Amino acid sequence: MKTLVLVEHDNQSVKDATLAVVTAAAKLGEVHALVAGSGCDAVAQQAAKIAGVATVHVADDPAYANLLAENTAPLIADLMGSHDAFLAPATTTGKNIAPRVAALLDVMQISDILSVESANTFTRPIYAGNAIATVESADAKLVITVRGTAFDKAAAEGGSASLEAVSGAGDAGLSAFVSEEIAESERPELTSAKIIVSGGRALGSSEKFEEVITPLADKLGAGIGASRAAVDAGYVPNDYQVGQTGKIVAPEVYVAIGISGAIQHLAGMKDSKTIIAINKDEDAPIFQVADLGLVADLFDAVPELTGKL
Amino acid sequence: MKILVPVKRVIDYNVKPRVKADGSGVDLDNVKMSMNPFDEIAVEEAIKQKEAGKAEEVVAVSIGPAKAQETLRTALAMGADRAILISTDETVEPLAVAKLLAKVVEEEAPQVVILGKQAIDDDSNQTGQMLGALLGWGQATFANTVEIDGDAATVAREIDGGLQTVKVNLPAIITVDLRLNEPRYATLPNIMKAKKKPMDTKSPDDYGVDITPRLKTLNVSEPPVRSAGIKVEDVDALVAKLKDMGVA
Repeated sequence: MKTLVLVEHDNQSVKDATLAVVTAAAKLGEVHALVAGSGCDAVAQQAAKIAGVATVHVADDPAYANLLAENTAPLIADLMGSHDAFLAPATTTGKNIAPRVAALLDVMQISDILSVESANTFTRPIYAGNAIATVESADAKLVITVRGTAFDKAAAEGGSASLEAVSGAGDAGLSAFVSEEIAESERPELTSAKIIVSGGRALGSSEKFEEVITPLADKLGAGIGASRAAVDAGYVPNDYQVGQTGKIVAPEVYVAIGISGAIQHLAGMKDSKTIIAINKDEDAPIFQVADLGLVADLFDAVPELTGKL
Repeated sequence: MKILVPVKRVIDYNVKPRVKADGSGVDLDNVKMSMNPFDEIAVEEAIKQKEAGKAEEVVAVSIGPAKAQETLRTALAMGADRAILISTDETVEPLAVAKLLAKVVEEEAPQVVILGKQAIDDDSNQTGQMLGALLGWGQATFANTVEIDGDAATVAREIDGGLQTVKVNLPAIITVDLRLNEPRYATLPNIMKAKKKPMDTKSPDDYGVDITPRLKTLNVSEPPVRSAGIKVEDVDALVAKLKDMGVA
């Protein structure tokens, strides 16, 4: 089987999410990658080095600069004439583009896969991860998004894929990129952080969130996350949200502070290797999944912890 | 201008789903069902656009069992003007839903279709994008703010790193994210009024769409259970454990 992997990037470097998709694709067959972008040569060079990638198709055109789905999906649908499976990361980029590709190919997409069981059978979470479905596709081609935390990352170095320029119809004239506000941060990105410190509604305000959570995260070199309640209350921006409807994370260590552990939050972090919870409510559901729990007032315990580390 | 809002009847947000012992699916017997929370936000947005004078009519559509009428009545009580139920007891996958909606769009000719970014039962996150492809329309997914102005909509989208703003030409698809608005509650007088609002009932056959599933669910199982660990007495004990683990 010949697979096509969507490389996620910012026209400068390959995003980590791509590497897990390469691993999933390799379970199906030969891995080809698509770098669609504008002035994205460095990305193509980098993608060619990913272990396991045979060919990198490069579509370099201003129309693909921001990977708008309206422009990118037809390009991918064309390339699918010579590939059997299309795989994208289950990031906002992948989720935006893949279903559009699937509909163009008249294929039912398989979203957010957790494992490859056979050439046409996969597992995926449903009901916010409260159930795992095993599904078999009857379509001639596969369109798949891949949950990054469920697959090991392919090595970023070691491959030597050939580069092949491709072109598509370019700008579909349906939409335009206006602007982007990307949080600038020295911190590790949530989806690739080894340690995450997450705060919940119990923090009470954005000032307290900053005052209590940030020093601990600094000390641990951790990424900062938040529960939906904390995001909805405006303590932190939406891109901090961990959960079913936010980011799915699986770091080595997840520190949940003042987070009760709603189903929707657990769905986003319960695959973390070690979960540590600090909460003053000893009956909080977060303690049912935590490896280490401390029942304490976070405003006392967290500064003390930060001081003693 | 007309806005079409597709809504789905799903397990209530607050109910913990139970997997059936025979692995055939999730038990929905005698379980509280409600409108998909993302779709509520979509309905709210459509009504807001109407209240702001950007649209004249809001039409709600649902594909599902006869009981999906209740979901449509909720949309009508919130402020939608009329409803269409495409009645079927079969499982309808996102691709088939998108095909049916494309037919409804042909008939109704809305300028904007606003829908939830995903349903909280199958968590597919596909229908809006698929509908965009089938119609050849632009799509603004995961909307955080929506500004409709003349023949275009400017939408800030929730993306992994922050927010991205795009401009889509109308007609267009908008899928909504959580923070776009707070859906209103239907008041009792509006619930009474909603009973008199028009609701058409159709079937997938009326639209000539084949809804045969492409995916076969072989098994549905419980996720691996994480067992609770230990509770430590104080911060010192926590620090000691963290040091053991090599974190600190």
